[in-house]
Formats: sequence, structure tokens, C-alpha cells
Amino acid sequence: MSAPDVPGAAPARPGRWTLTAYAAWQFVLALGLLVLWVLWVLGAVLLVVWVGALLLAVAVPGVRAIATEHRRMAARVLGLPEPRPYLPLPAGNPMGALWVVMRDPMTWRDLAWSVWAFTLGLVWSLLCLVQALGVVTWPLWWWGLRWQLRWRSLVDLWFLGRSRTEHLEQRVQALTESRADVVDHSAAELRRLERDLHDGAQARLVALSMSLGLADQAFDDDPERARRLVNDARETTSAAIGDLRSVVRGIHPPVLADRGLVGAVQALALDMALPVRVNAALPGRPPAPVESALYFAVAECLANVGKHAAATEAWIELGWDDGRLHARVGDDGRGGADPAAGSGMLGVRRRLAAFDGRMSVSSPAGGPTVVTLEVPCELSSPRTTPSSAPE
Amino acid sequence: MRVVLAEDHALLRAGMTQLLEANGFTVLHAADDEASLATALADPAAEAAVLDVRLPPGQTDEGLRAAIEVRRARPGFPVMVISQYVEHLYARELLASGEGAVGYLLKDRVSDVAEFVDGVRRVAAGGTVLDPEVVASIMASRREEPLDRLTPREREVLALMAEGRSNAAIAARLVVTEKAVAKHINSIFAKLDLGLADDDHRRVRAVLTWLRV
Repeated sequence: MSAPDVPGAAPARPGRWTLTAYAAWQFVLALGLLVLWVLWVLGAVLLVVWVGALLLAVAVPGVRAIATEHRRMAARVLGLPEPRPYLPLPAGNPMGALWVVMRDPMTWRDLAWSVWAFTLGLVWSLLCLVQALGVVTWPLWWWGLRWQLRWRSLVDLWFLGRSRTEHLEQRVQALTESRADVVDHSAAELRRLERDLHDGAQARLVALSMSLGLADQAFDDDPERARRLVNDARETTSAAIGDLRSVVRGIHPPVLADRGLVGAVQALALDMALPVRVNAALPGRPPAPVESALYFAVAECLANVGKHAAATEAWIELGWDDGRLHARVGDDGRGGADPAAGSGMLGVRRRLAAFDGRMSVSSPAGGPTVVTLEVPCELSSPRTTPSSAPE
Repeated sequence: MRVVLAEDHALLRAGMTQLLEANGFTVLHAADDEASLATALADPAAEAAVLDVRLPPGQTDEGLRAAIEVRRARPGFPVMVISQYVEHLYARELLASGEGAVGYLLKDRVSDVAEFVDGVRRVAAGGTVLDPEVVASIMASRREEPLDRLTPREREVLALMAEGRSNAAIAARLVVTEKAVAKHINSIFAKLDLGLADDDHRRVRAVLTWLRV
């Protein structure tokens, strides 16, 4: 059976009149579908002489549109989210698109479904309509229509929803990709850490031990010089500690460990050069890796606001409902942000993908820009909040 | 002066105790976790506290919360908070009560013993001592009314005041005379509408205005 692909609240179940309208619409669409199906088959046969391609160019999108309409109706009737099972088509490449269409199992399911829809399905819809007109059959319409349409919708979705195997295949594909990204990402992070430690704290500690060694030699002959060297050593120590601190911040910011995501996001907002309104509340704590991923995502968004947006104000919303942790970062800047450009946002997307999270960017030219981040997760029991929360 | 010390690393705790006692303080209690700190701070004989932010058992911000708590019970109780890292957010929380007598320093500033001890004394006397790193973070973040009215030089002076420096130290840092510093400070007080209270109190008020608490 179909599995829901797009999470989201289903709208209210349709009433009796809407259902009747659905049946009428299904009846009309079935007639169109018959024509398109014939074109489809004809097009496939004539593909050898190229005319077929033109026929297919009409028939395939037509069948898809009608199938999509049925999916929408069936999802409404059954109170399920609407499945969107087609593989994405490459833009501006007709041959590539044709190849994807042929490869997409849903194309063939559509075709099989068409046969059912313009034969038995058509009769079914007709019966639904006729009931409403006859005096004897009228009670059947009044009380039975809901069930008749439910059965019809179940059959439609059985054809038109993605099968369990296809669903799992796509899931495996997505997981393989995100796993590869995560491995790449962590390898790059480790290299960065190694470099930071090597160039920073490690180099300074070497200098420190050298200063102390020199001071050791100088103590007897030149106490003044020894004192200077010890002073240098102390300054080097401070610098090394500073380096370590910044490395630690990059791995896991201490404020995140102390205060959780809400406090850490408030701290981020406070460090911005422009006013940032924060509206954040979580009923508990997300798992640490999710917390960290979302923190760095918000930090990256804010960094972009500071660098590119030319904004006078920004805002952050953070919340959790229905098993999803979501954050929105918005600004009143000039917009036109391209989420595909820049390695930072790509990194955010990958990091979130590892938790089945997603990022979407709305940034029309002229602004405002809003970045929405979402990660499905459960929260642990609430932690005691600090005695004095700011504001 | 009798102080309460809280630090969970045994070596650092011993070192800090030694350092404070060598400089004329009496370490009344040296706490190593949240519970023992609460007991120590309840002692009415305590006159000031030097607290590490992270303490067992939670290892998060127990010291900070204890500092805020004790100042709620005893307004104006001098507290110096030390930490491996500093946060603008925490500085605001510490100063939110609107009184002075607060210090917030990176732990490694302890290596400059004279300056650290001087900082503790200033806090005990009701002053405000913020770590240069906090000050830099505040400098980098937004500027708003009434601070827009300050000249760049006055802002520099105000930043050094936030670090708890005396007029003489500010003069030395900016390579100007002490008289010039006093003039800048008076101008800051005037621009921030800080009336004719005593000088120490106005210094604290100016810093708090700057932090927007």
C-alpha cells in the first residue's frame, strides 16, 4: 500500500456533497483518461518513427495530471497525506526527462491504473451519481456514499501510491547518500581539528617549552632575561588556552552543554551585530547530536545574515511540535539568497540530512529571507531551567 | 576579607586558596560541588565569593546560578565568577540585578596574580570587572542609544571601565594623562544621564547601561 511521503496535517474530511462532486469529477476525468491512454499506447508504438514522441509528450503529462488529481481526492477521502511518488525530472533536457519517465515505476503503475479507472472505475463513479437521482436508491446515496468512495479511493491509492518496496528502495537511496555525506563531513571536520590543534595550541606549547628551557639556562647568569622569558612563557600559555577554547567552541559550544539549545540560541543572538529577536521554547531537550546540528545550522544562518543580508533586524523562532524540532531564521535584508551557493549552507543541509532533517530557504529578491530548519526527533524530559533566564 | 571559593579541580582549588591567602584573603570555605557550595554560601560570615561556573554533579552552570541565587538573598554580595570560557549572555545575567560587585573573568587570567587579586578587591569594593573577551564581544555587537552619543574614544574608556580598570590604568593603556581620562569619564556620565551619585556607583551604572541590562 501507499506510504505517506509528505508529512503534514490532512485537511478536514469532505462532506456528502463534496464526495458527490468527486464522483462526478472522477467520471469526467475517466473519459479524458481513456483518450490519453489510447494516445499513450499509440505514441509508444509509433516511437520508432518519432511521431510517437509528440504523442507521448501530450499523453504522459496528461495521465500524470489526472492521476495526481485522483491521488489528491483519494487522500482527502481517506484522510491521508497526498503521496507524491514521481521521480524528479531534469529541467531543460527532454531526452533525459523521457528516460527518467520510462525508468520511473510510477509511470507504469499510472498506465495500469488508467485501465481500471476508465473501465470499472468509470462505472463505479457513475453508480455513485445515479444513486442520488433515484428515489429508491436515494438512501444508499445518503448513507452509503462515504463507504463507496472510500473503497474507490483505496483501490486508487493501491495503484497510485508507492509500493512498500519502492518506498524502501528510495529510503535506502536517501540513507546511502546522507551516510556518504556524513562520512565526508566528519572526515573534513577531523582534518580541520587536526590543523587547528597543530597550528595553534601545539605550536604554542612548543614555544612555551622552549622559553622555559631558555629561562632555565639564563637563571644563573642573567636573572633579568630569565624573568622576561618566564613572562613570555606565561603569555604563550594564555594564547594556547585561547586557541584550545576556540577549538572547543567549534566542537561543542560550552553554552550548548550548559543551557541547551534555547540558551545557546539566545547567546548566539546576543553576539550578533544587529538586533535579533528570539522566540524559543522547548518542552524538553532534543538528543545531543540533533541539538548540536541545529545549533550550528542556526549559527550558519545568522553568520549569513551578518555577511550578506544587509539587514537591520533579524529573528529566530525555535519550537517543537508533533515530533519535529523546527527553527526559523529570518531577516529584513535584501533577499536573493541562493541556498545552493556557498559551502556553509550545503554543510548545514548535509548535517541535517543525517537526521532526516531538512532545510528550506525562501528569499525573494528584495527580501525578506526566511530559512526553515526541521528535524524529526523526540525530546527528553524537561531539564530544570536556570534560576534567572534572561528577559 | 573572608571569601568562599568554589572550584572542582583539586589542584586549582589548592592553588587558588594559596593565592588568595597569600594576598590577604581568608578562604572561609573551599567548595568542590554544588551542594557544598550552597552550604558555604549560607554562612553569614562570608564577605565575598570566587566561583567557578562549572561544578559537579551537573558540570554545566551551577556556579553561575549559585552566584545569582546568593545575590538574590543578599543583594550586593560581591561575587567573582571564573570560567574556562566567557559568554556575553552570562555577563548579562550576572549583572541583571542592577547592582555592581560582580566580576566575570576567564580562568586563565588568574595567571596574572596581581591583576586577578586586584580584580577581586575591586569587586569586593562594589566595582564591576568584566573579562576583556566579554568586553570585546559586547564591542562587536550592536550599538544603540544612548551609547551612540559617545565618541569612539569615550567608548574605549567605557570598555576599560567595564574591565574594572582604575583611572590610572586606563590612562596608561590609552597613553593619555589621568586628567584626560577623568574628563572623558565625566563626559560619559553626562551623556548617559548618570546624575550626581558617588563616583564608584556611577561607574557601575555606566557599565550596566553599556551592557543594556
